[in-house]
Amino acid sequence: MSTGEMTVNAAGREVPQIINGERHVPYQGVNKYRPKGRKAAPPIATCIDYPPDGDKRVSSLKEALKKAGLQDGMTISTHHHLRNGDFVANMVFDAAAELGVKNLRWFPSAAFPIHAHLIQYLESGVIHHIEGSMNGPLGEFCSRGKMRGTGILRSHGGRWQAIQDGEVHIDIAVIAAPTADPFGNANGVRGKSACGLLGFAEADAMYADKVIVVTDNLEPFPVIPWQIHGNYVDYVVEVESIGDPTKIVSGTTVLTRSPDRLRIAEMAAQFILETGIMRDGFSFQSGASGTALAFTVFVRDLMRKHGIRARFARGGSTKYLVEMLEEGLVDYILDGQTFDLEGVRSMRENPNHQNTNPFTSYNFHGKGNFASMVDVVVLGATEVDVNFNANVVTHSDGRLLHGIGGWQNCLFSKTTMLLLPLFRDRIPVIVDEVTTLVGPGELIDVVVTERGIAVNPRRQDLLEKLRGTSLPIRSIEELKEEAERICGGKPQKPKFDDQVVAVIKWVDGTVIDAVRKLAD
Amino acid sequence: MAATFAEAGNRGEAVRSDCWVKITPKNEGGIRLQLKSKVEALYGESIRQLVRDVLQFFGIEHAEVEMEDSGAVPFVQMARLEAAIRKLKLDGGKRYLPDFVQSVPAPQRDRFRRSRLYVPGDQPKLMLNAPLHEPDGLILDLEDSVPPDKKLDARILVRNALRALDFRTCERMVRINQLPMGLEDLEEILPHKVDVILIPKVESAEQVQEVEARVEEFLHKSADGREVFFMPIIESALGIMRAFEIATASRRNVALAIGLEDYTADIGAQRTLEGKESFFARSVIVNAARAAGIQPIDTVFSDVQDMEGLRASVLEAKALGFDGKGCIHPRQIRPIHEAFAPTEEELEKAKKIVLAFEEAQRKGLGVVALGSKMIDPPVVKRAQRTIELARKTGLLDENWREGA
Repeated sequence: MSTGEMTVNAAGREVPQIINGERHVPYQGVNKYRPKGRKAAPPIATCIDYPPDGDKRVSSLKEALKKAGLQDGMTISTHHHLRNGDFVANMVFDAAAELGVKNLRWFPSAAFPIHAHLIQYLESGVIHHIEGSMNGPLGEFCSRGKMRGTGILRSHGGRWQAIQDGEVHIDIAVIAAPTADPFGNANGVRGKSACGLLGFAEADAMYADKVIVVTDNLEPFPVIPWQIHGNYVDYVVEVESIGDPTKIVSGTTVLTRSPDRLRIAEMAAQFILETGIMRDGFSFQSGASGTALAFTVFVRDLMRKHGIRARFARGGSTKYLVEMLEEGLVDYILDGQTFDLEGVRSMRENPNHQNTNPFTSYNFHGKGNFASMVDVVVLGATEVDVNFNANVVTHSDGRLLHGIGGWQNCLFSKTTMLLLPLFRDRIPVIVDEVTTLVGPGELIDVVVTERGIAVNPRRQDLLEKLRGTSLPIRSIEELKEEAERICGGKPQKPKFDDQVVAVIKWVDGTVIDAVRKLAD
Repeated sequence: MAATFAEAGNRGEAVRSDCWVKITPKNEGGIRLQLKSKVEALYGESIRQLVRDVLQFFGIEHAEVEMEDSGAVPFVQMARLEAAIRKLKLDGGKRYLPDFVQSVPAPQRDRFRRSRLYVPGDQPKLMLNAPLHEPDGLILDLEDSVPPDKKLDARILVRNALRALDFRTCERMVRINQLPMGLEDLEEILPHKVDVILIPKVESAEQVQEVEARVEEFLHKSADGREVFFMPIIESALGIMRAFEIATASRRNVALAIGLEDYTADIGAQRTLEGKESFFARSVIVNAARAAGIQPIDTVFSDVQDMEGLRASVLEAKALGFDGKGCIHPRQIRPIHEAFAPTEEELEKAKKIVLAFEEAQRKGLGVVALGSKMIDPPVVKRAQRTIELARKTGLLDENWREGA
């Protein structure tokens, strides 16, 4: 809530410098901020304090939290591998509430609608504020200015960066594990709650003071593969169920039937063919949204037709990507999360389906990462403006409704394409200025809508290759005007109070924008 | 006695890009608007202004207005407000019309009608982007896809769409209801530049002539001078037996279509994939249309998931002599265009004929010959059409003569 002294950052956005009592650096531009110093480190542990037989089981999560020294004001982390089927984050704060602790900082890698359960603890003061994504009801709660502290939103890579740089010190990490052994080795490829991989929890395992593994499928030592090394783990808790399997991964991923989304996806696939991005040995990344999935399928068809083979594809994996791997259209899947059962199976069985984590894929304060090596990535957004700046966290009406995920990190690929409808119902998606700046326009190359494709004027090379194309290439201003014409004029601006309810971090830990409380 | 209130439009969880209004006229108190809109933060002010403008236009000074809006664009909101006001009989014969969004070219008798996409006339969400998928014809449907209690709502919405929707390259089509309701539809839509009227369930020449009389009457009054064409749809055994009379009933007929769902029921048969039961009827349509010099158009393919089945069905239609096919989902359009595209063999032959014809013209010869064979004018025309189709489907570029 304390916004501290405000400053205008390099993107022209007014942002606080003191957030929840801690000093943060304002955004300085793309590739401008250089960190100094050494990484954070957890305390040195000794075997003396751990059972020599490797059995770290304790009777309940509450017991484990007590043993881990849970206290007021601590930072508790959880992870979103179980997506909207996750029971564990809710269990953690139920236990914390029973233990009577207050003012916790919840540091999830992402939150889902199922975590609306935690609103009661935000209200009662068990949780002080959230640093992570705020989706749906939690975002709504935050937008109304009801959270005690200021929310901080980070990308997946930014979360790793914040942990390793010591910006966020995790007191207790609680890792939901679909399979684990009593020593704490854990993975996500087996068990009734299988989710594929546990990459989002790896930084927490390495850097947190205390680490608790919670599982509903305990196997005898050794559990292999050990996606989480038991050597980082303090306590193992066995519970009846860590999640609802039907909401963790989908049984089968179904392709969208929306003619408009299919049209957007098909145009995007054609675009990468015509610009020569799609060529032997290329790489691509697309998510599991309806449009992105359809893009993957159209890319597959074009690759078959033209006899093109990709070196690697970055997941979220689905059965469509798995089929391409098995058909030999791609050599490797480098997977950040698996979205369906076929993805989980493939990761378990196929050595060329490699699990990744935010360190390898996205961490900006490392010696390189994969994101910048990808030839083309397709992403969504809630808004994009005429300067190609984009927003993924708030809607045009000002409400905070989504997390950043890997979105910011992916902007560093060689060509970044946003696949968007020109308007949603009556809401124009291309606007004069984004409500919240999450991605700088200089990193966004192409916007594909059902009514035309706008190429960032910075990418003359792409425009050059598109001479004589039958694709509908138009300026972003033209597209904006068309959206406004259909929707009935320029939309009003949402009304905000001055109070900052959340800030948006850039990939290097600087503050790129602030989200303000919606006026009543 | 006038009703105490009236409603129009659609609301509910699944409804999007639409709005529902309820207007209760009052004797005093001015206009009281209760607005619940998904886009309140963005367009709340402009929606309130629109409601005031529309009520003022109709001279309504006192009323309670409830509006639930799921993101309707302005022409939809205008239609819903007008529909409620007309149900209250407070319109005084006036019409609240959105501006034309595009300059509408004159309709053409002789154009391709390979695909025609049906869009339900009371579902604005499906209208907005339908033209992007480039069917040859876009049909705003007032008949089977509109429930009986929504006929007025749909009629006004379709009228507004004819003005405010950018049809791009699509022919502007409306399927009216069966007569006599269809005559009311005509009244509403004729002034708004419709290209083709689809007349459903036609069983006699008189039905077409009744529509024609109404159109002539309108054109006479309006001094618009704009052509309006017809596509009668035959959907019964009786219609089939009178197909040629129907096809020749009006000079405005440009195509004759068949609707198989009703037809198969009418002859007491099941509709099958092989379609033996409709072979006779489809052949009759092709022959009647060809004899009348208009285009024979096949029924819709109703399984939107089955793309292979669709392709086979279009190839069969083409083989029977049809020029077009109906569709109910935009994804069906491209397979239809591809299947109607000329084969390589057809194209090679057409190229030779057209080149021979052009050669003959250059030399001032009255007769076209290919080798030792004489080519009749209808064959030349057919070949030119094939070339045009190949150009349209991207099989030939404009410089095709150079490579030939």
